Amino acid sequence: MATMVHLRGVTKRFGTFDAVRDVSLEVGAGEFLTLLGPSGCGKTTLLRLMAGFEAPTVGTVEIGGQDVTRLPPYRRPVNQVFQSYALFPHLTVAENVGFGLRMQRVAAAEGQARVREALALVSLDGLDARRPHQLSGGQRQRVALARALVCRPKVLLLDEPLSALDAKLRRAMQLELKRLQRQLGITFVFVTHDQEEALTMSDRIAIVHEGRIEQLGTAHEIYHRPATRFAADFVGQANLLEARVLLQDEAQVRVSVTGGLELTVPRAAWPAGAMKALIAMRPEKVHVSRLANPAAAPAAAATNLFEARIEEEIFQGATDQLVIVTATGTRLSVVVANESAYGEIFHAGDHVSCALHADDLVVVPAE
Amino acid sequence: MPAAPTFPARRRWPSGIRIVDGAVSTWTAVVLAFLYAPIVVLVAYSFNQSRLNIVWQGFTFEWYRQVLQNSPLLRAAQNSLVIAVVSTLLSVLLGTVGAWLLHRYRFAGARTLQTLVAVPMVMPEILMGISLLILFATVGMGLGFTAVIIGHVTFSFPFVLVAVQARLRGLDPAMEEAALDLGATPLQAFWLVIVPCLRPAIVAGALMAFTLSWDELIVTFFTTSAASATLPIRVFGMAKVGLNPMLNALSAIFILATIAFVFFSDYLRKLSR
Ligand SMILES: Nc1ncnc2c1ncn2[C@@H]1O[C@H](COP(=O)(O)OP(=O)(O)OP(=O)(O)O)[C@@H](O)[C@H]1O
Ligand SMILES: [Mg+2]
Repeated sequence: MATMVHLRGVTKRFGTFDAVRDVSLEVGAGEFLTLLGPSGCGKTTLLRLMAGFEAPTVGTVEIGGQDVTRLPPYRRPVNQVFQSYALFPHLTVAENVGFGLRMQRVAAAEGQARVREALALVSLDGLDARRPHQLSGGQRQRVALARALVCRPKVLLLDEPLSALDAKLRRAMQLELKRLQRQLGITFVFVTHDQEEALTMSDRIAIVHEGRIEQLGTAHEIYHRPATRFAADFVGQANLLEARVLLQDEAQVRVSVTGGLELTVPRAAWPAGAMKALIAMRPEKVHVSRLANPAAAPAAAATNLFEARIEEEIFQGATDQLVIVTATGTRLSVVVANESAYGEIFHAGDHVSCALHADDLVVVPAE
Repeated sequence: MPAAPTFPARRRWPSGIRIVDGAVSTWTAVVLAFLYAPIVVLVAYSFNQSRLNIVWQGFTFEWYRQVLQNSPLLRAAQNSLVIAVVSTLLSVLLGTVGAWLLHRYRFAGARTLQTLVAVPMVMPEILMGISLLILFATVGMGLGFTAVIIGHVTFSFPFVLVAVQARLRGLDPAMEEAALDLGATPLQAFWLVIVPCLRPAIVAGALMAFTLSWDELIVTFFTTSAASATLPIRVFGMAKVGLNPMLNALSAIFILATIAFVFFSDYLRKLSR
């Protein structure tokens, strides 16, 4: 895959504060890359460096193989969808969408055809003559998208474009954006602080933390193999447990975690030579069953078996979240499918047995 | 919930709301009478045959005829219009561009400049007039149209600037970035996107500048030549000599024009929204 966006050792300093610290990043042509991180971590700044609204203090920015570090935004082959949409209030929908073509001096007839095509692409036909204030939030979002896409950018930058929409519309737009991206084959760099959104849409996710890229990988890798404590904690839910080595042989490492629970971890997952590390345990990976019914547990495959008492039950719709405490006192959060006619029903105070496959434990090197 | 207390079904006084209502409308009537009675009297007397304002002798259009035949007065009205239009255009240009530069770019002395710009708004006009006179004398510039227009722009462009700045503060910074992102140069972004977004403020500022220039007396007094004398200057000169029924007629015309202007500016403001 050819590289479309290439940041090389980019640092952006505001006064004495480094908003972006020595970031190197390659985005492939036609890739959907998401910058995911908490508020203030530098996502917008990274995007603005690509768009040309900020110049890096150190480092270079390349787009499509061309060094654009010193090029102003209006000379870069990228377009952006702004969080506030920034539609021009005095222009109609068609004029808004046609603005970029007008700047490029595209002939009127061709321009009109492309505007119509772009509006059709985002299912907005028939609204050409409206003004932005006569549109709903979702429609404005589509106009902003059409306005950027009509210029046929090499890279489309999207800064939390869905954050102003309600949950339902947001889901619909996530799927639509993904579909559009596949259909057009344009490179998307998408910024969000919503991990679910990132997992749904992205080819790859870059976890941004304090101006650095903490981990870069597919949704699958990020979720199942978080590389750092921050990544494990930020994406999805995880029980983060300090682990200390008790015993080890060629195949396995026996560790004791926070609270005294003992677990077995595959040798390969454990950082070589380390005596301490962090274990991230996803709540849905713990298989919970009644003590009276131990056969229900897939004991054959699971290496870790332990008993616990349910301390709290939190109803979450499709799932139940349970807070369980093991005999030694390790407190864990686990998720079970919600009660159904077939399923088991758990209540606070119940004693349960838990099974956990050793391969489902993620070991993060201690910092 | 406790039961609502019941009152005897006796009504001797209007309810509180009606008393307040009555008081407010009386107050409004008094204020309006106070404001408009002189104007009504003035308009009425502009049709009075008598040279004296106090006695009514009969109806006439004579004073209007005199006004419309008085070429110095017409000349002055024309001067006023030219000066008001030109100084308004210059004020809009200076005020809008100035507000944008102050808003958009950080540069040394921006804060000082901001304060300096506001000074002419609060400075007594007589001081402005004198200082402009001294300035023009120092640089050897003759008095007349140019001097008057410079004077008017000096005190009216800050009003445009302040109005535009207020609007800029509420403007989404992404608006300019979106234009740049779509390929507009900074100049195109300013002209094609920012200026239209600022239109209501620009219109309000322009109306302000026009009004200020149109009835300005003191600064004009210090900077005008005989050829560029404005209507207020002429009227002031006439009034000094003695009250003349022509002034009543002139004022009536002025009032009519003002009312028309108010309606026109209201229309403009609605249009620009
Ligand atoms: N122009 C600026 N001047 C000074 N500091 C800035 C500037 N722009 C951003 N910062 C700082 O840089 C850091 C990163 O900002 P950025 O806008 O990139 O965060 P973000 O990840 O997009 O956050 P959010 O999710 O809240 O939008 C923040 O601490 C912010 O205060
Ligand atoms: Mg941001």
